[in-house]
Formats: sequence, structure tokens, C-alpha cells
Amino acid sequence: MAEKIATREAYGKALAEFSKDYDIVVMDADLAAATKTGIFKKACPERFFDCGIAEGNMMSTAAGLAACGKTVFASSFAMFAAGRAFEQIRNSICYPNLNVKIGATHGGISVGEDGATHQCLEDIGIMRTIPNMVVINPCDAVETRAAVKAAIEHNGPVYLRFCRLATNVLFEQDNFKFEIGKGITLKDGKDVSIIANGLLVEKALEAAEILQQEGISARVIDMHTVKPIDKELVLKAAEETGAIVTAEEHNVYGGLGSAVAEVVCEGRPVPVMRVGTLDKFGKSGKPAELFELYGLTAQNIAIKAKEAIALK
Amino acid sequence: MDQQEKNRLSLIAYKIRLNAITAVYNAGSGHPGGSLSIADILSVLYFKEMNIDPKNPNMENRDRFVLSKGHCAPGLYGALAERGYIPKEDLVTLRKTSSYLEGHPDKNKIAGVDMSSGSLGQGISVANGMALAGKIDNKDYRVYTILGDGEIEEGQVWEAAMFAAHYKLDNLTAFVDYNSLQIDGPITEVMSPEPIADKFDAFGWNVINIDAHDIEQIVSALETAKTVKGKPTVIVAKSVKGKGVSFMENNVSWHGAAPNTEQFEQAEKELKAKIKELEEN
Repeated sequence: MAEKIATREAYGKALAEFSKDYDIVVMDADLAAATKTGIFKKACPERFFDCGIAEGNMMSTAAGLAACGKTVFASSFAMFAAGRAFEQIRNSICYPNLNVKIGATHGGISVGEDGATHQCLEDIGIMRTIPNMVVINPCDAVETRAAVKAAIEHNGPVYLRFCRLATNVLFEQDNFKFEIGKGITLKDGKDVSIIANGLLVEKALEAAEILQQEGISARVIDMHTVKPIDKELVLKAAEETGAIVTAEEHNVYGGLGSAVAEVVCEGRPVPVMRVGTLDKFGKSGKPAELFELYGLTAQNIAIKAKEAIALK
Repeated sequence: MDQQEKNRLSLIAYKIRLNAITAVYNAGSGHPGGSLSIADILSVLYFKEMNIDPKNPNMENRDRFVLSKGHCAPGLYGALAERGYIPKEDLVTLRKTSSYLEGHPDKNKIAGVDMSSGSLGQGISVANGMALAGKIDNKDYRVYTILGDGEIEEGQVWEAAMFAAHYKLDNLTAFVDYNSLQIDGPITEVMSPEPIADKFDAFGWNVINIDAHDIEQIVSALETAKTVKGKPTVIVAKSVKGKGVSFMENNVSWHGAAPNTEQFEQAEKELKAKIKELEEN
């Protein structure tokens, strides 16, 4: 865990790296420096197209490219990709099931100082409701690289959510296995399962340590793919640990917590507590301070874990 | 262009109109007005201009067509049926649960439909993407799209207009079906997009103004478009909404309504008379 790398940075590097082996086209909406697609642009300028500040047009144009056989990455901030261009993604990309990957950076409150208008806490929920869409929220640079590769190899639309904040690298690239729709069990446990994604995976691991000190054995699952959710792994966690906590940098409505609760309710009802933003907008501030303010902390996950256990 | 060729294309346009009206009548809903106003353009595109093959609808280097004003699907299906992409007898299944002929075009269900459309403003962006793909791959196919004049009130159309000019998509030709009517009334009363030609000109497009029902002008505009390098072409085509059915012409109430049996029989009679006249010519 030496160098911290933002998942957006890993995204840009992955695009550049895979441009050698895959015929991908990348589009951005005047945010290439921030989304890091600029790294691809430098490596592969002839396959990079800036669309200017016009996200709706970018998504439909990406669809047109894909309709002619291209694998296209269209990038902007999560707010302006999933938010502004929802309907273009829905009608131009997902309905015809075209091979467009939405590389959405700056997801969640870890955007920090730019504040609420730029902190998308609804994107996973919005994207998850569209048929044909795959939704992935990787937790570190290694997983991001693998997710980008998997998205390229997947035929159809994929929404990839990345973050602005530089964070620890949790995985080692060598031998790292990534499969869309297959969660990764990071730590086994028998009393409760913490199912997290994105930047909350690291906090889930910390929460498991806190719980360990209190004699509670917590399983930690990295659920990078929110759709299709890994039902088998969720039900196994419900069956074997009898209580679940979800943790995500997203509104508790519609995202990972909802997806897990749906599976648990229908398949193996056990208590599920959700850690996420509580139907509130974000605000300006340092990311670490905002995580505290909104309860996206290891301590809060541990508290919720004990509440879930108490409900067994 | 000789009279015989003009008659041939005009005849097909009337057959497309009859197909569209038959489909909408049997569906009990749909959009006849705009389907009738684009019939001549569709005839020229599908029977003269576009390099396409109904036996090989996914031919790699085919010319592409996007019906940006997707609600005029009955017109498009009418053309596809005439051209042999879909069986004519299927037209009466339009909009039915068991049918593949969706109310708006679906590329994954209908052979010959290059892109699903229906949500206004998006088709021209999609056409941009197709044209850009052609540029990237150094292919010589061309891309065509038809926009409604009401549709160009969508901001995305102008985002797309900027994009096409910026990337010099001279392999793209867009038509604006300038019939001056939209659902809520005359375009100048609802939300005027005029002056249409001047706007596209200001956005850096090559602009050609024509009569949408003059076959020779349509053909000639498309020929000119192919010679213009470095910029996309828009053909602003002044049309009559409901063209070819007397009681539908220039009547906004036929934007999105199906004729009853009596009205259908009248429309059929008028269109068949025109078809007979052109066949005897």
C-alpha cells in the first residue's frame, strides 16, 4: 500500500494500455484532463474525440459509432454522464444494446471541494434500472484496470464508476482475477457480512478489524458489479453469516444496498443494514471530512454490523 | 433527369404513402402526417440514392439511414416494405403486441433499420457517430438522416450540428422535413425554430433549400451534397404535412391520429388514384 492512485487515473492509464490490443474509440466532453481520458488521447490521438460540453450529443454519437462496429468509451463526470445524459444512454445506447462503455469519473462525495452539484450520489441507482446495462464500481486501481478490460470484452453497454480521490491500492495486479457479476470475498467471517464497493471497500476491511477486536467475525465482500449482482454470493453470505451490512458512496436508495436487500428479501431474508448517504445532497469540503460527516466510515460500518447482528 | 425516372420515384412515394396509411389505420394509432410529408425523400433515398441491399441488410459498406424523427416509422416501414426488407403483409401488424413493427423503429427487430429512434434530437447525433466511424475507417459509405422541423427545437440537435461541422462530416446529409406543423400547432406559434436554413448555415453546414415533393430537386440536392467537401449538408425540404391525402394536408390534427374506416377508404381511394395515374404515365 505505498502509492495512492485514484481510480480515474487507473481508468485513463488502462484505456491507453489497452488501446494497443483493442480497437477502442474514446470520447470526452471537455473533461479529458479530469477524467484522465487525456492519457489515452496522448497515446492514441487519432481515436480520441472531444465532444465539447455536450454530454447528450456525446452519448448518442457514441451509439452511432458503436452501431458501425466500434467499441466506444464515453467519459464525463458521473453527474453529467448518468445524470444529464440519462435519456440518451437509455434510448440511444441501452435500448439498441450498443457497445458503449460509460466511463463516469468523480462519483460520490469524494469529489470534495466542488460540492453538491458535482457529487453524484444517484448514478448507480439510475443506471441499474436500465435494461441491458451492466454497472461496475471498482474499489482500487488494480480492479479498475481489470474492470476496463472486462468492459471492453463484454459485448453491450457498461457503466463504470470511478472516483476523483487518490486512494490505496488494495489488490496486487499479478494473479488478480476479475469477472463481471462475480463479487470477491476479501476476508471470511461467520457473524456478519459486509458487502461494499468503491471507496467503501477499504473502510469495510477496517470495520472488520474493529469488529475483530470486539470478538465479532466479519466477512468482507467486494461487490464491484452492482448489476448483474452476484446473487449466489449474497445468498451464501446471508445463509452463512445471518446478517449483512452494505457500504457504498451513494444514496442508500437505489444502489448497492438496495440491490443486496432485493436479493436477500427474495431469497434468504436476514437483517440488512445499509451504510451510504441518507437521501441527502453532498457539500463542499475535504473528502475525509465529508466521509466523517456523512457516516461513510469504518466506525459506522462496525456500528451497523452490530445492529444487524442484534436483529438476528 | 428524365420524366420516366421522376415518375418511377414519385410512384414509389405514393406506394409508400399508401403503405403508411394502411399501417396506421390497422394499428389504430400512429403518425400519418409526417410519414406522408417525407415519402418522396424516402423514395429517392431507398430507390435511387442509397447503396443498400435488402438481401444483405448488414452489408458493411452500406449507406446508413437514421430516421431521427422516429415517430414517422410508418413512412419508413412503407419504404422498407416496398424495397423488400419486410413483407408488405406485415404492415398491418404495426404496433401490435405480437408484431416486430414497433411504434418507433427498432434496429434489433427490423431488417434495414440501422438505428432505433423515437426520442427526438438523438438520431442526428447517432448519424454523426456513424459518419465519424466511416471517417475513422476510411470507408466511403454515406449517412442520411431525416429530422422534423419541430424536432430541431431540441437542444441536442444543435450540439450535433456543432459536432458535425467541427469534425467536417461531409459524408453526412441531413434532411429537415419542413412541414411547419408540430403536435401543438404551427411551429412558429409553438416555439419557432426559424430561420432554419440560416441557423444551420451559422453552424457551419452546407445548406440547400428544396421542395420536399419535387423528385428532381431531391435528387439534385443529394448530388450536390456529395460534391461538398469539408462540411455536412442539410437539405431543408419544404413539405406539406399529410401530403397526398386531401383532408390530411396541412392539418395538424393528423400529426398523430389514425383515420377511421371511412377516412381510410377516402385516403386509400385518393392514393390509389394517384398511383394509377402515375402507373399509366
